[in-house]
Amino acid sequence: MSTFLGMPARPPRSPYGTGNLRGDEAFPRAAHHELGNGQLRRNLGRATTTIRAKRLDVTGELPDWEALRDAGSAIKTDAMNRLPELLEQLEHKVTEHGGTVHWARDSAEANEIVARLVKATGSSEVIKVKSMATQEIGLNEHLESVGITPYETDLAELIVQLAHDRPSHILVPAIHRNRDEIRQIFLDRIPGVDPELDNVPAHLAAAARAYLRQKFMTTKVAVSGANFGIAETGTLSVVESEGNGRMCLTLPDTLITVMGIEKVLPRYQDLEVFLQLLPRSSTGERMNPYTSLWTGVTPGDGPQGFHLVLLDNGRTAALADAIGRAALNCIRCSACLNVCPVYERTGGHAYGSTYPGPIGAVLTPQLAGMHAAADDPNSSLPYASSLCGACFDACPVKIDIPSLLVELRHQHTEQTGTTPEKLAMKAAATVMKRPALYRGAQKAAGLGRAVAGRDGTISRLPPPFSGWSDSRDTAAPPRQTFRAWFASDEGRAALRAAADEHDRGRTREEPDRSQDESDRSRAEDHRNHGEDGTA
Amino acid sequence: MTTARDTVLGRVRDALALAPTPATVVPRAYRTGRVLPDAERLALFTDRLLDYKAEVHPCTADRTAQVVAEVLRDRGARRIGVPTGLDPRWVDAYDGEVCPDSADIPAPELDALDAVVTASAAGCAETGTIFLDGSPDQGRRALSLVPDLHLCVVDLSAVEAGVPEALARLVPERPTTLISGPSATSDIELERVEGVHGPRTLVVVIRTDR
Ligand code: SF4
Repeated sequence: MSTFLGMPARPPRSPYGTGNLRGDEAFPRAAHHELGNGQLRRNLGRATTTIRAKRLDVTGELPDWEALRDAGSAIKTDAMNRLPELLEQLEHKVTEHGGTVHWARDSAEANEIVARLVKATGSSEVIKVKSMATQEIGLNEHLESVGITPYETDLAELIVQLAHDRPSHILVPAIHRNRDEIRQIFLDRIPGVDPELDNVPAHLAAAARAYLRQKFMTTKVAVSGANFGIAETGTLSVVESEGNGRMCLTLPDTLITVMGIEKVLPRYQDLEVFLQLLPRSSTGERMNPYTSLWTGVTPGDGPQGFHLVLLDNGRTAALADAIGRAALNCIRCSACLNVCPVYERTGGHAYGSTYPGPIGAVLTPQLAGMHAAADDPNSSLPYASSLCGACFDACPVKIDIPSLLVELRHQHTEQTGTTPEKLAMKAAATVMKRPALYRGAQKAAGLGRAVAGRDGTISRLPPPFSGWSDSRDTAAPPRQTFRAWFASDEGRAALRAAADEHDRGRTREEPDRSQDESDRSRAEDHRNHGEDGTA
Repeated sequence: MTTARDTVLGRVRDALALAPTPATVVPRAYRTGRVLPDAERLALFTDRLLDYKAEVHPCTADRTAQVVAEVLRDRGARRIGVPTGLDPRWVDAYDGEVCPDSADIPAPELDALDAVVTASAAGCAETGTIFLDGSPDQGRRALSLVPDLHLCVVDLSAVEAGVPEALARLVPERPTTLISGPSATSDIELERVEGVHGPRTLVVVIRTDR
């Protein structure tokens, strides 16, 4: 029993420097490399557009879609409110059905538990179902370090593993690769692959099938994640498409499932909500090809040893934040990624965490914290958003991601006392208050063209403006200041022409049309500006 | 010594004490308890199965054996696996080798089967989903997974309109598999490829008068 001594203690974040919840560099810098990758942007653009359209089709098909979202959101909120009792109930039910439950405070502990369980079976290999939780704790790296070889069995995850790469999307981890690259990866890395292998997706999938079939048939231990864990019955569930999940959950002697404590649902009946919300939001399908539900062990069917590892790793820290805990409601459908204009351009790697995109920008700092250091990658994540709100609209469990981002920005400002933007604005305010200085600054800014690259953008500015230029390319200032232009012959002529035009328009009494046109050109400007701002 | 269990549960309690929120009532205004006439359920179920590239054969119950035999012959299946509890009359008309399953047959041997024939526990028309629950006529999970062709016999009377109605037919503690079309991946440039690790072909025989 935990002893309750007066004030409750604030739960710790995921320990610094462990697992995959922090990148090597801040988002703006990481995004910069990724933005240079034209292939990535094309693939992502095509992929997200396709999934987006499919999702709208199949969600529009259900007249009760909004009611399902309301129910989904409330079930998760209710589950968080009752987490202690639900976790104990889940543990009890799993145990009652012949499984063993383990608890892990953080990634290191979870890794040790899994490695110990694998060793106890005498196996030095495991087959793996794609899982965000095991990716988060860096399980593969840990297993390798103790002499156990993990084999990813999801096709995209396999591609990523063979290429010693990192996943870039929750759902389609190899979305950044095209068929030619995948063909080359297979030719280089799959032992005994047909050297004549071409780049047709069906042939590539067949090559993976042949390679993995042997592993499925012979490996004695599997590791999986879980989409849902039902407290009422002790039932665990994995939602997938390829059948690799079914293979791993069914064929080995031992199954080890690593599940974040936030994945628990109160009742079996709750599946009726999430099995409608998840596939439709995620792949835009009415139902994913395969869903497996299992409760402990079943004599004569499937693994006879089942272990459930319940993982904290910063989840309780997120739970202790009245506003931020909504992020724990996430069911990892990836709908928010696919509608995010920032994600669409930068891809998943720029976020540096297992959890990319809008939800990653919220969840990652919640789990692993933001550090006061100016260059902490996680403190830049809350700013990696245009706050356009598309993610909130798309989220099947109605997580208000934009508000959470704003809250995290607030927390970050409180924590560090300042932001790059604040510094830049302060410098600008000082200059603007003094006309002479302002004119001088404008002239100096004209020089900006000289430092701009050939594409007319400036990517590095000296302090105090470096904070600004670190996170965005700035369009080079015009050759002339407005004041200078206004005073020139060219400016005077243009103004006169505009005034004449205006008068003529009046006499013809077509004010609407000219209004329309100026609106359109303003909108045009806006769009171009938006491109510059984000690209 | 404090165990990890006590620590994690303690942290959860602390977290809730630090950020208490009011109890939530779950609104369940979504559709449940839907009933659709047979013809509509059949049409919807068939449409959705075809959309997933499954093969569909509606038939009357007394023609089950004939349809099963025809499908297997057309597909060139010479050896098929069947769960121990499958109605033997369903494979009466089939002239290939019928191998009854048992728990001690290792997976690689299942790989040598051309097809598997099973019954099913329930279906969902709106999503084109078949539910297997490991009952004797459906067998253990490996059996319906490893062979490349899965022929599944579904009674229309067990096909419900939507997900809530179909899930209500299940026994939660049974090992359950939801199948919607054959195995598929879209991992390479989002192009859908049928058949990765599970059966590449799914044939559904729907007995319409049951
Ligand atoms: S935050 Fe919402 S939309 Fe994004 S992955 Fe999670 S559940 Fe899906």
